[in-house]
Amino acid sequence: MFDLLPPALILLAGALLVGPLRGHWRSAAVLITPLITLWAVWQVPDGVSLTLPFLGYQIEPLEGSALRRLFATIFSLMAFVGGLYAFRQAKWYELAAGYAYAAGAIGVCFAGDLITLFLFWELMALFSTVIVWCGGTPGARAAGIRYAIMHLLGGVILKVGIEGVYVHTGSLDIQPMLATNFDTWMILIGILINAAAPPLSAWLADAYPESSPTGSVFLSAFTTKTAVLALILLFPGEPVLIWVGIYMIMYGIIYALLENDARRILAYSIVNQVGFMVCAIGIGTELALNGAAAHAFAHIVYKALLFMSAGVVIYRTGKSKCTDLGGLFRTMPLTTVCGIIGALSISSFPLTSGFTTKTMISQAAADGGLVTVYFLLAAASAGVFLHAGIKFPWFVFFQKDSGLRPKDAPWNMGIAMVIFAAICLILGIFPEMLYQYLPYPVDYIPYKAGKVVFYLQLLLFSGLAFFLLLPLMKRTLTISLDVDWLWRVLAFRIGSALYTRLSVTGSKLEAMVQQNLITLTTFTRRYLGVGKSEASRGLFARTWPIGTTALWIAVLLTAYMVVYFL
Amino acid sequence: MSQRPEDDAWLVRPATIKLLWRVLWAVLALTLAAHFVITVKGHFGIEIWYGFGAAFGFLCCLLMVLVAKVLGFLLKRNENYYQGDQDDV
Repeated sequence: MFDLLPPALILLAGALLVGPLRGHWRSAAVLITPLITLWAVWQVPDGVSLTLPFLGYQIEPLEGSALRRLFATIFSLMAFVGGLYAFRQAKWYELAAGYAYAAGAIGVCFAGDLITLFLFWELMALFSTVIVWCGGTPGARAAGIRYAIMHLLGGVILKVGIEGVYVHTGSLDIQPMLATNFDTWMILIGILINAAAPPLSAWLADAYPESSPTGSVFLSAFTTKTAVLALILLFPGEPVLIWVGIYMIMYGIIYALLENDARRILAYSIVNQVGFMVCAIGIGTELALNGAAAHAFAHIVYKALLFMSAGVVIYRTGKSKCTDLGGLFRTMPLTTVCGIIGALSISSFPLTSGFTTKTMISQAAADGGLVTVYFLLAAASAGVFLHAGIKFPWFVFFQKDSGLRPKDAPWNMGIAMVIFAAICLILGIFPEMLYQYLPYPVDYIPYKAGKVVFYLQLLLFSGLAFFLLLPLMKRTLTISLDVDWLWRVLAFRIGSALYTRLSVTGSKLEAMVQQNLITLTTFTRRYLGVGKSEASRGLFARTWPIGTTALWIAVLLTAYMVVYFL
Repeated sequence: MSQRPEDDAWLVRPATIKLLWRVLWAVLALTLAAHFVITVKGHFGIEIWYGFGAAFGFLCCLLMVLVAKVLGFLLKRNENYYQGDQDDV
């Protein structure tokens, strides 16, 4: 039954092999397992092809469709190129965690029911946290804990939703639904947390830039895009997603403009790009869903490419702040060119993969008569060019001469970047290569003269705006507050204040108890205890002659008899 | 490494930068000129206006940079803002 082996298990086996193997064997395992996985992905037929009993439920760990295979393909490809990029530089446990993480993502792709989806979802949460920790700094450790808390919370919310749906409908199937009741809202919120939707977007830009140069390449690809896939499968046409998406797009642009750390700029632009996909899923037409899927595919490639070029810079210089970088094009021509290709793609410049995929989403908005959404998306395209398309390469590779003269990328990192840069251009020039694998038939022509002129004007004048407004964008040694300020600072302060209050009250109470205890002790001592002299003792503590006791007994007996006879 | 600007990489010499600016202006003019030859088939009418894309792109960027600038006053903090708190823990 080899042809029915779930692709996720193949990659998971690869992850397990990375640890015990050494030297060339390990390199071979890293480079070959994603390719076997890719082959296995294309053996998965449409429909459910595997059913297993699990805790009394029938689960379907392997269900194929064009959409699922498309996402699994790009995840396998990402694992391969990410592995190639990382295998000589990364620690073995980072590679193993990266592959287990990718296996989780591929598992989600083929999950035929909500239980399988949840299990692989948690596998991803687990191993992505390990990758954040592989950053190895105290900052990475703290960010990893915050990241894990956020994703475990998201997992619990998703679980509540799944259980609710099962209890109320009796079905665990993955099928389109709308957020109409508590259960479906919980599922939607659980997925949106992984998509870095507001108000919980901060985890992404908090954690990803803390990982190692190689780790962030893996992190950029899987979590948010599996959330996109889950949204396409479960919530196509959910109207609330349109505005969630628009918010994410604008949030990404504004925060990226304020940011100084090169990888954090890229992290914010992930939120921005996923916003385009979420918005498209909200529109929900066939063209929009095709656009979301195609854009996810193209986005994984160019975003990984951007993280790779930033990763090479950090690997070679140890610096990631725009204020420390600049002028690197002199000694890093390959990294510069690849970074620029990635930057042009993310800006949806004509002849790059961003143009042939993102414009589908704009077209879908126009076809649906959504005027505001259409113009916001156009404005956002200009904004993407501003915050990522020019800002990232400009501040890292040009800007000023930082005096740094690092060597260019190591050969494996270079090849990985060239592969992804080539895919960016190929999908931009021959979009049909991707279009034929989209979930719905494509009747869309990206290159119409009028549209190209419109986008060239839009983007080039944004470029002009960037250079004219450069004085306003001087980089500062700052970070920007986000919603997570509420719990990282406000909740902490409230907690500390409460703690201080409580301890003051507590010590007062303790003092009072102490005081009373002293009084009580003195009192007891006085009446029951032993004093220094006969006179200082209390009444009952003194020594009495036996005659007095006899007298008292006689009195009490007399009183008893009197009472008895009355 | 005190060197004359003329000795630095070709791309950052003042003469080149001047040239690049000229190329940029020329390309911008070209995209606007293309508008005479090619009809931009808009979805909502307004895009047919001459140079709409250019003006829209430029103004949007201006607006976004200014909004970011204003929000920056509110949101920006020193890099060690969170680290300071962690020391208290």
